[in-house]
Amino acid sequence: MDDIETQNLELQLLLQAIYLKYGYDFRNYAKASIKRRILHRLTSDKLPNISAMQHRLLYDEAFFGRLLLDLSINVTEMFRDPNFYLAIRQHVIPQLRELPYLKIWHAGCSTGEEVYSMAIVLKEEGLYDRTQIYATDMNEVVLRQAREGIFAINHLKQYTANYQKAGGQESFSNYYSAHYDHVVMDKSLKKRVLFSDHNLATDGVFGEMNLIMCRNVLIYFDRDLQNRVFNLFKESLCDNGFLCLGSKESIRLSVHSNTFEDVVKEEKIYRKKISQNIL
Amino acid sequence: MKENTVKTFKAIVMGASAGGIKALGIVLSAFPKDFPVPVLIVQHLHPNSDSYLIQMLAQQCALTVKQADEKELIHASTVYIAPPNYHLLVEEDYSLSLSVDPRVNFSRPAIDVLFETAAYAYRDQLIGVILTGANGDGSQGVKLIRKLGGYLVVQDPATAEAEAMPRAAISAVRIDRVLPLEQIGPYLVQLINRGCQL
Ligand SMILES: C[S@@+](CC[C@H](N)C(=O)[O-])C[C@H]1O[C@@H](n2cnc3c(N)ncnc32)[C@H](O)[C@@H]1O
Repeated sequence: MDDIETQNLELQLLLQAIYLKYGYDFRNYAKASIKRRILHRLTSDKLPNISAMQHRLLYDEAFFGRLLLDLSINVTEMFRDPNFYLAIRQHVIPQLRELPYLKIWHAGCSTGEEVYSMAIVLKEEGLYDRTQIYATDMNEVVLRQAREGIFAINHLKQYTANYQKAGGQESFSNYYSAHYDHVVMDKSLKKRVLFSDHNLATDGVFGEMNLIMCRNVLIYFDRDLQNRVFNLFKESLCDNGFLCLGSKESIRLSVHSNTFEDVVKEEKIYRKKISQNIL
Repeated sequence: MKENTVKTFKAIVMGASAGGIKALGIVLSAFPKDFPVPVLIVQHLHPNSDSYLIQMLAQQCALTVKQADEKELIHASTVYIAPPNYHLLVEEDYSLSLSVDPRVNFSRPAIDVLFETAAYAYRDQLIGVILTGANGDGSQGVKLIRKLGGYLVVQDPATAEAEAMPRAAISAVRIDRVLPLEQIGPYLVQLINRGCQL
Protein backbone atom coordinates (compact mmCIF):
# COMPACT_ATOMS: atom_id res chain seq x y z
CA MET A 1 0.00 0.00 0.00
CA ASP A 2 1.53 3.34 -1.02
CA ASP A 3 1.18 6.68 0.73
CA ILE A 4 -1.89 7.81 -1.16
CA GLU A 5 -3.69 4.52 -0.53
CA THR A 6 -2.79 4.78 3.15
CA GLN A 7 -4.16 8.30 3.19
CA ASN A 8 -7.39 7.12 1.55
CA LEU A 9 -7.69 4.43 4.19
CA GLU A 10 -7.23 7.04 6.92
CA LEU A 11 -9.92 9.16 5.27
CA GLN A 12 -12.34 6.25 5.28
CA LEU A 13 -11.62 5.61 8.96
CA LEU A 14 -12.07 9.29 9.77
CA LEU A 15 -15.51 9.39 8.15
CA GLN A 16 -16.42 6.23 10.06
CA ALA A 17 -15.23 7.83 13.32
CA ILE A 18 -17.27 11.00 12.63
CA TYR A 19 -20.34 8.88 12.00
CA LEU A 20 -19.95 6.71 15.10
CA LYS A 21 -19.12 9.55 17.44
CA TYR A 22 -21.23 12.43 16.14
CA GLY A 23 -23.87 10.79 13.91
CA TYR A 24 -23.04 12.84 10.78
CA ASP A 25 -22.72 10.45 7.86
CA PHE A 26 -20.29 11.62 5.17
CA ARG A 27 -19.38 8.10 4.09
CA ASN A 28 -21.35 8.32 0.84
CA TYR A 29 -20.27 11.79 -0.20
CA ALA A 30 -18.26 12.20 -3.42
CA LYS A 31 -14.70 11.76 -2.23
CA ALA A 32 -12.60 14.33 -4.07
CA SER A 33 -14.20 17.38 -2.47
CA ILE A 34 -14.22 15.88 1.05
CA LYS A 35 -10.57 14.91 0.74
CA ARG A 36 -9.60 18.41 -0.38
CA ARG A 37 -11.39 19.96 2.59
CA ILE A 38 -9.86 17.55 5.08
CA LEU A 39 -6.36 18.10 3.69
CA HIS A 40 -6.80 21.87 3.88
CA ARG A 41 -7.86 21.69 7.52
CA LEU A 42 -4.87 19.39 8.11
CA THR A 43 -2.44 21.94 6.70
CA SER A 44 -4.00 24.97 8.37
CA ASP A 45 -4.05 23.25 11.79
CA LYS A 46 -0.55 21.83 11.23
CA LEU A 47 -1.59 18.26 11.91
CA PRO A 48 0.83 15.57 10.66
CA ASN A 49 -1.76 13.22 9.11
CA ILE A 50 -5.44 12.26 8.99
CA SER A 51 -5.02 9.77 11.85
CA ALA A 52 -3.84 12.61 14.08
CA MET A 53 -6.91 14.55 13.01
CA GLN A 54 -9.09 11.59 13.91
CA HIS A 55 -7.59 11.50 17.39
CA ARG A 56 -8.20 15.22 17.76
CA LEU A 57 -11.80 15.18 16.68
CA LEU A 58 -12.70 12.22 18.88
CA TYR A 59 -11.59 14.12 21.97
CA ASP A 60 -12.27 17.73 21.00
CA GLU A 61 -15.86 18.55 20.11
CA ALA A 62 -15.10 22.17 19.27
CA PHE A 63 -12.61 20.96 16.68
CA PHE A 64 -15.29 18.76 15.17
CA GLY A 65 -17.62 21.75 15.05
CA ARG A 66 -15.13 23.62 12.89
CA LEU A 67 -14.56 20.61 10.67
CA LEU A 68 -18.32 20.24 10.19
CA LEU A 69 -18.44 23.79 8.86
CA ASP A 70 -15.61 22.93 6.46
CA LEU A 71 -17.44 19.85 5.26
CA SER A 72 -20.89 21.33 4.77
CA ILE A 73 -20.39 23.77 1.94
CA ASN A 74 -22.82 26.58 2.63
CA VAL A 75 -22.30 28.75 -0.44
CA THR A 76 -25.63 30.14 -1.60
CA GLU A 77 -27.23 33.34 -2.88
CA MET A 78 -30.59 35.06 -3.35
CA PHE A 79 -32.42 34.19 -6.58
CA ARG A 80 -29.50 32.03 -7.64
CA ASP A 81 -30.07 31.15 -11.33
CA PRO A 82 -32.75 33.83 -11.90
CA ASN A 83 -34.21 31.87 -14.82
CA PHE A 84 -35.16 29.14 -12.39
CA TYR A 85 -37.35 31.51 -10.38
CA LEU A 86 -38.81 32.90 -13.58
CA ALA A 87 -39.76 29.35 -14.58
CA ILE A 88 -41.34 28.82 -11.15
CA ARG A 89 -43.51 31.90 -11.71
CA GLN A 90 -44.50 30.89 -15.20
CA HIS A 91 -44.91 27.11 -15.02
CA VAL A 92 -45.34 26.08 -11.38
CA ILE A 93 -47.23 28.88 -9.63
CA PRO A 94 -50.28 28.63 -11.94
CA GLN A 95 -50.69 24.99 -10.94
CA LEU A 96 -50.07 25.61 -7.24
CA ARG A 97 -52.73 28.31 -7.36
CA GLU A 98 -55.34 25.58 -7.79
CA LEU A 99 -54.56 24.20 -4.32
CA PRO A 100 -56.28 25.45 -1.16
CA TYR A 101 -53.17 25.05 0.96
CA LEU A 102 -49.56 24.24 0.11
CA LYS A 103 -46.50 22.78 1.72
CA ILE A 104 -42.96 23.43 0.54
CA TRP A 105 -39.77 21.77 1.72
CA HIS A 106 -36.37 23.39 1.16
CA ALA A 107 -33.86 20.61 1.87
CA GLY A 108 -30.27 21.79 2.41
CA CYS A 109 -31.38 25.41 2.70
CA SER A 110 -28.05 26.64 4.10
CA THR A 111 -28.26 30.25 5.37
CA GLY A 112 -31.74 30.65 3.90
CA GLU A 113 -31.25 32.89 0.87
CA GLU A 114 -33.32 30.65 -1.36
CA VAL A 115 -36.02 30.39 1.32
CA TYR A 116 -36.40 34.18 1.39
CA SER A 117 -36.28 34.29 -2.42
CA MET A 118 -39.14 31.81 -2.71
CA ALA A 119 -41.12 33.59 0.03
CA ILE A 120 -40.89 36.77 -2.03
CA VAL A 121 -42.11 35.01 -5.17
CA LEU A 122 -45.04 33.45 -3.28
CA LYS A 123 -45.96 36.83 -1.80
CA GLU A 124 -45.96 38.56 -5.14
CA GLU A 125 -48.05 35.76 -6.61
CA GLY A 126 -50.54 35.97 -3.75
CA LEU A 127 -49.92 32.47 -2.41
CA TYR A 128 -47.80 33.12 0.62
CA ASP A 129 -50.61 33.25 3.19
CA ARG A 130 -51.72 29.73 2.43
CA THR A 131 -48.26 28.22 2.33
CA GLN A 132 -46.28 26.38 4.97
CA ILE A 133 -42.55 26.26 4.31
CA TYR A 134 -40.20 23.80 5.99
CA ALA A 135 -36.58 24.85 5.63
CA THR A 136 -34.07 22.24 6.73
CA ASP A 137 -30.33 21.71 6.82
CA MET A 138 -28.04 19.32 8.69
CA ASN A 139 -25.98 22.22 9.96
CA GLU A 140 -27.28 24.05 13.06
CA VAL A 141 -24.97 27.01 12.62
CA VAL A 142 -26.29 27.96 9.18
CA LEU A 143 -29.88 27.31 10.28
CA ARG A 144 -29.45 29.88 13.03
CA GLN A 145 -28.30 32.43 10.43
CA ALA A 146 -31.21 31.50 8.20
CA ARG A 147 -33.67 32.03 11.04
CA GLU A 148 -32.18 35.47 11.75
CA GLY A 149 -32.42 36.53 8.12
CA ILE A 150 -29.44 38.86 8.33
CA PHE A 151 -27.18 39.06 5.29
CA ALA A 152 -23.98 40.91 4.41
CA ILE A 153 -24.69 44.08 2.48
CA ASN A 154 -21.89 43.56 -0.04
CA HIS A 155 -23.96 41.02 -2.01
CA LEU A 156 -26.96 43.29 -2.26
CA LYS A 157 -26.24 44.67 -5.71
CA GLN A 158 -26.08 41.19 -7.17
CA TYR A 159 -29.18 40.03 -5.27
CA THR A 160 -31.10 43.02 -6.58
CA ALA A 161 -30.04 42.27 -10.15
CA ASN A 162 -30.96 38.59 -9.69
CA TYR A 163 -34.36 39.58 -8.28
CA GLN A 164 -35.11 41.72 -11.31
CA LYS A 165 -34.00 39.01 -13.75
CA ALA A 166 -36.18 36.56 -11.84
CA GLY A 167 -39.28 38.56 -12.74
CA GLY A 168 -39.44 40.66 -9.56
CA GLN A 169 -42.43 43.01 -9.54
CA GLU A 170 -41.46 45.47 -6.82
CA SER A 171 -38.40 47.30 -5.68
CA PHE A 172 -36.19 44.73 -3.96
CA SER A 173 -35.57 47.23 -1.17
CA ASN A 174 -39.17 46.70 -0.01
CA TYR A 175 -38.09 43.38 1.44
CA TYR A 176 -35.28 44.38 3.77
CA SER A 177 -34.00 47.17 5.95
CA ALA A 178 -30.39 48.19 5.46
CA HIS A 179 -27.94 48.81 8.29
CA TYR A 180 -24.23 49.64 8.16
CA ASP A 181 -22.82 46.42 6.82
CA HIS A 182 -25.83 44.14 6.72
CA VAL A 183 -29.47 43.90 5.71
CA VAL A 184 -32.29 42.44 7.78
CA MET A 185 -34.97 40.66 5.79
CA ASP A 186 -38.55 41.71 6.42
CA LYS A 187 -40.06 39.72 9.30
CA SER A 188 -43.21 38.91 7.35
CA LEU A 189 -41.10 36.77 4.99
CA LYS A 190 -40.45 34.20 7.67
CA LYS A 191 -43.91 34.21 9.16
CA ARG A 192 -44.79 30.94 7.43
CA VAL A 193 -41.37 29.31 7.62
CA LEU A 194 -40.25 26.62 10.07
CA PHE A 195 -36.50 26.16 10.19
CA SER A 196 -35.36 22.79 11.46
CA ASP A 197 -32.63 20.24 11.58
CA HIS A 198 -32.80 17.39 9.05
CA ASN A 199 -30.03 15.24 7.64
CA LEU A 200 -30.71 13.80 4.19
CA ALA A 201 -28.20 11.00 4.73
CA THR A 202 -29.73 9.66 7.92
CA ASP A 203 -33.21 11.13 8.58
CA GLY A 204 -36.58 10.11 7.21
CA VAL A 205 -39.55 11.25 5.17
CA PHE A 206 -41.02 14.70 5.67
CA GLY A 207 -44.78 14.54 5.06
CA GLU A 208 -47.02 15.41 2.16
CA MET A 209 -45.23 18.14 0.26
CA ASN A 210 -46.48 19.93 -2.85
CA LEU A 211 -43.01 21.14 -3.77
CA ILE A 212 -39.52 20.13 -2.73
CA MET A 213 -36.48 22.23 -3.50
CA CYS A 214 -33.06 20.72 -3.06
CA ARG A 215 -30.50 22.63 -5.05
CA ASN A 216 -26.74 22.20 -5.13
CA VAL A 217 -26.73 19.55 -2.42
CA LEU A 218 -26.88 16.32 -4.41
CA ILE A 219 -23.71 17.11 -6.37
CA TYR A 220 -21.85 16.37 -3.14
CA PHE A 221 -23.31 12.86 -2.82
CA ASP A 222 -22.34 9.61 -4.53
CA ARG A 223 -24.90 7.69 -6.61
CA ASP A 224 -26.08 5.49 -3.73
CA LEU A 225 -26.76 8.43 -1.46
CA GLN A 226 -28.39 10.33 -4.33
CA ASN A 227 -30.75 7.40 -4.84
CA ARG A 228 -31.58 7.31 -1.12
CA VAL A 229 -32.46 10.99 -1.23
CA PHE A 230 -34.50 10.72 -4.43
CA ASN A 231 -36.47 7.95 -2.75
CA LEU A 232 -36.98 10.18 0.28
CA PHE A 233 -38.30 12.93 -2.00
CA LYS A 234 -40.54 10.54 -3.86
CA GLU A 235 -42.08 9.37 -0.58
CA SER A 236 -42.43 12.94 0.72
CA LEU A 237 -44.22 14.36 -2.34
CA CYS A 238 -47.94 14.21 -3.06
CA ASP A 239 -49.05 13.07 -6.48
CA ASN A 240 -48.23 15.80 -9.00
CA GLY A 241 -45.84 17.38 -6.47
CA PHE A 242 -42.89 19.33 -7.87
CA LEU A 243 -39.22 18.54 -7.38
CA CYS A 244 -36.65 21.27 -8.09
CA LEU A 245 -32.97 20.46 -8.35
CA GLY A 246 -29.85 22.55 -8.94
CA SER A 247 -28.93 23.47 -12.49
CA LYS A 248 -26.24 20.80 -12.78
CA GLU A 249 -28.23 18.05 -11.09
CA SER A 250 -30.58 15.58 -12.75
CA ILE A 251 -32.86 12.76 -11.75
CA ARG A 252 -32.57 11.24 -15.23
CA LEU A 253 -29.69 8.90 -14.42
CA SER A 254 -31.12 7.69 -11.13
CA VAL A 255 -33.21 4.59 -10.49
CA HIS A 256 -36.18 6.86 -9.77
CA SER A 257 -36.21 8.64 -13.11
CA ASN A 258 -39.45 6.96 -14.21
CA THR A 259 -41.33 8.25 -11.21
CA PHE A 260 -40.89 11.83 -12.41
CA GLU A 261 -41.68 13.77 -15.58
CA ASP A 262 -40.09 16.98 -16.83
CA VAL A 263 -41.87 20.27 -16.22
CA VAL A 264 -39.13 22.67 -17.29
CA LYS A 265 -36.24 20.55 -18.45
CA GLU A 266 -33.51 23.21 -18.58
CA GLU A 267 -34.34 24.44 -15.08
CA LYS A 268 -34.44 20.96 -13.54
CA ILE A 269 -38.06 21.22 -12.47
CA TYR A 270 -39.74 17.81 -12.32
CA ARG A 271 -43.12 16.52 -11.26
CA LYS A 272 -44.08 13.28 -9.56
CA LYS A 273 -46.37 11.24 -11.77
CA ILE A 274 -49.76 10.28 -10.40
CA SER A 275 -50.42 7.10 -8.43
CA GLN A 276 -47.00 5.59 -8.39
CA ASN A 277 -48.06 3.56 -5.38
CA ILE A 278 -51.09 1.88 -6.97
CA LEU A 279 -49.28 0.56 -10.06
CA MET B 1 14.13 -2.92 -21.65
CA LYS B 2 12.49 -0.08 -23.51
CA GLU B 3 9.24 -0.37 -21.52
CA ASN B 4 11.08 0.57 -18.38
CA THR B 5 12.35 3.80 -19.79
CA VAL B 6 9.17 5.10 -21.41
CA LYS B 7 6.42 6.64 -19.35
CA THR B 8 2.84 6.64 -20.63
CA PHE B 9 0.09 9.08 -19.79
CA LYS B 10 -3.62 8.62 -19.10
CA ALA B 11 -4.95 12.18 -19.07
CA ILE B 12 -4.23 15.85 -19.72
CA VAL B 13 -5.46 18.70 -17.52
CA MET B 14 -5.29 22.24 -18.86
CA GLY B 15 -5.79 25.61 -17.21
CA ALA B 16 -6.24 28.98 -18.91
CA SER B 17 -7.53 32.42 -18.05
CA ALA B 18 -7.24 35.80 -19.84
CA GLY B 19 -6.55 35.12 -23.51
CA GLY B 20 -7.28 31.45 -22.94
CA ILE B 21 -10.14 30.98 -25.33
CA LYS B 22 -7.95 31.70 -28.32
CA ALA B 23 -4.99 29.78 -26.89
CA LEU B 24 -7.09 26.70 -26.15
CA GLY B 25 -8.38 26.69 -29.72
CA ILE B 26 -4.83 26.64 -31.04
CA VAL B 27 -3.69 23.84 -28.72
CA LEU B 28 -6.75 21.64 -29.23
CA SER B 29 -6.66 21.96 -33.02
CA ALA B 30 -3.51 19.80 -33.02
CA PHE B 31 -5.24 16.76 -31.48
CA PRO B 32 -6.37 13.96 -33.84
CA LYS B 33 -9.86 12.46 -33.64
CA ASP B 34 -8.60 9.25 -32.03
CA PHE B 35 -6.46 11.00 -29.41
CA PRO B 36 -6.19 8.21 -26.83
CA VAL B 37 -6.59 10.28 -23.65
CA PRO B 38 -9.18 12.67 -22.17
CA VAL B 39 -8.49 16.40 -21.90
CA LEU B 40 -9.95 18.20 -18.86
CA ILE B 41 -10.09 21.99 -18.99
CA VAL B 42 -10.68 24.89 -16.63
CA GLN B 43 -11.02 28.21 -18.45
CA HIS B 44 -11.93 31.13 -16.19
CA LEU B 45 -15.23 32.56 -17.41
CA HIS B 46 -17.89 34.94 -16.27
CA PRO B 47 -20.29 33.05 -13.94
CA ASN B 48 -23.24 33.68 -16.26
CA SER B 49 -21.59 32.83 -19.55
CA ASP B 50 -23.33 30.32 -21.77
CA SER B 51 -22.01 27.46 -23.85
CA TYR B 52 -20.31 29.71 -26.37
CA LEU B 53 -16.81 28.46 -25.46
CA ILE B 54 -17.81 24.85 -26.07
CA GLN B 55 -19.33 25.58 -29.46
CA MET B 56 -16.27 27.52 -30.46
CA LEU B 57 -13.78 24.88 -29.38
CA ALA B 58 -15.85 22.12 -30.94
CA GLN B 59 -15.44 23.82 -34.30
CA GLN B 60 -11.69 23.95 -33.99
CA CYS B 61 -11.12 20.50 -32.60
CA ALA B 62 -11.55 16.96 -33.98
CA LEU B 63 -12.41 15.57 -30.54
CA THR B 64 -15.81 15.61 -28.84
CA VAL B 65 -15.99 18.78 -26.76
CA LYS B 66 -18.57 18.89 -23.97
CA GLN B 67 -19.41 20.55 -20.71
CA ALA B 68 -18.57 18.28 -17.79
CA ASP B 69 -21.60 16.63 -16.11
CA GLU B 70 -21.54 15.59 -12.49
CA LYS B 71 -20.79 11.86 -11.98
CA GLU B 72 -20.02 11.16 -15.64
CA LEU B 73 -17.26 8.69 -16.41
CA ILE B 74 -14.19 10.12 -18.10
CA HIS B 75 -13.66 8.83 -21.64
CA ALA B 76 -10.68 9.05 -23.99
CA SER B 77 -10.84 11.27 -27.10
CA THR B 78 -13.09 13.71 -25.27
CA VAL B 79 -12.57 17.28 -24.07
CA TYR B 80 -14.39 18.16 -20.83
CA ILE B 81 -14.91 21.82 -19.94
CA ALA B 82 -15.74 22.94 -16.40
CA PRO B 83 -19.16 24.68 -16.33
CA PRO B 84 -19.20 28.37 -15.41
CA ASN B 85 -19.56 28.93 -11.65
CA TYR B 86 -18.78 25.31 -10.68
CA HIS B 87 -15.51 23.67 -9.69
CA LEU B 88 -14.60 20.55 -11.65
CA LEU B 89 -13.07 17.66 -9.68
CA VAL B 90 -11.72 14.27 -10.73
CA GLU B 91 -12.63 11.27 -8.55
CA GLU B 92 -10.17 8.44 -8.10
CA ASP B 93 -12.54 6.08 -9.93
CA TYR B 94 -12.10 8.34 -13.01
CA SER B 95 -15.49 9.99 -12.79
CA LEU B 96 -16.20 13.71 -12.56
CA SER B 97 -17.68 15.76 -9.73
CA LEU B 98 -18.90 19.35 -9.68
CA SER B 99 -19.03 21.56 -6.63
CA VAL B 100 -20.08 25.04 -5.58
CA ASP B 101 -17.34 25.27 -2.93
CA PRO B 102 -16.12 28.83 -2.34
CA ARG B 103 -13.94 30.45 -4.99
CA VAL B 104 -10.28 29.48 -4.96
CA ASN B 105 -7.87 32.22 -6.13
CA PHE B 106 -11.02 34.33 -6.71
CA SER B 107 -12.10 31.78 -9.30
CA ARG B 108 -14.81 29.21 -9.73
CA PRO B 109 -14.00 27.02 -11.53
CA ALA B 110 -10.44 27.05 -10.20
CA ILE B 111 -7.50 25.42 -11.95
CA ASP B 112 -5.99 24.34 -8.62
CA VAL B 113 -9.08 22.31 -7.73
CA LEU B 114 -9.03 20.41 -11.04
CA PHE B 115 -5.26 19.88 -11.02
CA GLU B 116 -5.01 18.70 -7.41
CA THR B 117 -7.86 16.21 -7.63
CA ALA B 118 -6.64 14.94 -11.02
CA ALA B 119 -3.15 14.52 -9.56
CA TYR B 120 -4.52 12.15 -6.90
CA ALA B 121 -6.47 10.20 -9.50
CA TYR B 122 -3.80 9.87 -12.23
CA ARG B 123 -0.62 10.41 -10.22
CA ASP B 124 2.47 10.02 -12.48
CA GLN B 125 0.31 9.38 -15.55
CA LEU B 126 -0.98 12.93 -15.72
CA ILE B 127 0.14 15.86 -17.87
CA GLY B 128 -0.63 19.33 -16.53
CA VAL B 129 -0.65 22.29 -18.92
CA ILE B 130 -0.77 25.97 -17.93
CA LEU B 131 -1.61 28.53 -20.62
CA THR B 132 -2.03 32.30 -20.70
CA GLY B 133 -3.67 34.12 -17.76
CA ALA B 134 -3.43 37.19 -15.57
CA ASN B 135 -3.44 35.56 -12.12
CA GLY B 136 -1.73 32.86 -10.08
CA ASP B 137 -4.32 30.07 -10.29
CA GLY B 138 -2.82 26.64 -11.01
CA SER B 139 0.41 27.09 -9.06
CA GLN B 140 -0.66 24.85 -6.18
CA GLY B 141 -1.97 22.33 -8.66
CA VAL B 142 1.27 22.05 -10.60
CA LYS B 143 3.13 21.57 -7.32
CA LEU B 144 1.03 18.53 -6.47
CA ILE B 145 1.31 17.12 -10.00
CA ARG B 146 5.10 17.47 -9.71
CA LYS B 147 5.11 15.83 -6.27
CA LEU B 148 3.11 12.84 -7.47
CA GLY B 149 5.33 12.32 -10.51
CA GLY B 150 3.26 13.86 -13.32
CA TYR B 151 4.56 15.86 -16.28
CA LEU B 152 4.30 19.63 -16.69
CA VAL B 153 4.08 21.85 -19.76
CA VAL B 154 3.75 25.63 -19.54
CA GLN B 155 3.21 28.20 -22.27
CA ASP B 156 6.27 30.39 -22.80
CA PRO B 157 5.24 33.65 -21.10
CA ALA B 158 6.70 35.58 -24.04
CA THR B 159 4.00 34.08 -26.30
CA ALA B 160 1.15 34.53 -23.78
CA GLU B 161 -1.50 37.22 -24.04
CA ALA B 162 -1.23 37.51 -20.24
CA GLU B 163 1.98 36.22 -18.75
CA ALA B 164 1.28 36.19 -14.99
CA MET B 165 -0.20 32.71 -14.83
CA PRO B 166 2.53 30.86 -16.75
CA ARG B 167 5.15 32.85 -14.81
CA ALA B 168 3.58 31.90 -11.48
CA ALA B 169 3.63 28.22 -12.47
CA ILE B 170 7.25 28.42 -13.60
CA SER B 171 8.34 29.99 -10.34
CA ALA B 172 6.30 27.52 -8.26
CA VAL B 173 8.05 24.36 -9.36
CA ARG B 174 10.35 22.76 -11.94
CA ILE B 175 8.54 22.58 -15.30
CA ASP B 176 9.40 19.85 -17.82
CA ARG B 177 8.80 21.91 -20.97
CA VAL B 178 8.20 25.62 -21.48
CA LEU B 179 6.98 26.00 -25.06
CA PRO B 180 5.67 28.69 -27.40
CA LEU B 181 1.90 28.42 -27.85
CA GLU B 182 2.09 26.98 -31.40
CA GLN B 183 4.28 24.08 -30.29
CA ILE B 184 2.25 22.92 -27.30
CA GLY B 185 -0.42 20.96 -29.22
CA PRO B 186 2.00 19.05 -31.47
CA TYR B 187 4.28 18.38 -28.50
CA LEU B 188 1.43 16.90 -26.43
CA VAL B 189 0.45 14.65 -29.34
CA GLN B 190 4.01 13.37 -29.51
CA LEU B 191 4.14 12.89 -25.74
CA ILE B 192 0.90 10.91 -25.71
CA ASN B 193 1.84 8.75 -28.70
CA ARG B 194 5.40 7.95 -27.75
CA GLY B 195 5.45 8.57 -24.01
CA CYS B 196 8.33 10.42 -22.48
CA GLN B 197 11.85 9.02 -22.39
CA LEU B 198 13.06 8.91 -18.83
C1 LIG C 1 -24.06 24.47 -1.46
S1 LIG C 1 -25.28 24.63 -0.22
C2 LIG C 1 -26.71 24.88 -1.18
C3 LIG C 1 -27.63 25.91 -0.61
C4 LIG C 1 -28.88 26.23 -1.41
N1 LIG C 1 -29.76 25.06 -1.54
C5 LIG C 1 -28.53 26.80 -2.78
O1 LIG C 1 -28.63 26.08 -3.77
O2 LIG C 1 -28.17 27.96 -2.88
C6 LIG C 1 -25.37 22.96 0.37
C7 LIG C 1 -26.11 22.82 1.70
O3 LIG C 1 -26.44 21.44 1.90
C8 LIG C 1 -26.28 21.12 3.25
N2 LIG C 1 -26.09 19.67 3.37
C9 LIG C 1 -25.02 18.93 2.99
N3 LIG C 1 -25.22 17.64 3.29
C10 LIG C 1 -26.46 17.55 3.85
C11 LIG C 1 -27.23 16.49 4.38
N4 LIG C 1 -26.76 15.24 4.41
N5 LIG C 1 -28.45 16.76 4.87
C12 LIG C 1 -28.94 18.04 4.88
N6 LIG C 1 -28.25 19.09 4.40
C13 LIG C 1 -27.02 18.85 3.89
C14 LIG C 1 -25.08 21.92 3.70
O4 LIG C 1 -25.06 22.10 5.09
C15 LIG C 1 -25.26 23.22 2.90
O5 LIG C 1 -25.93 24.17 3.67
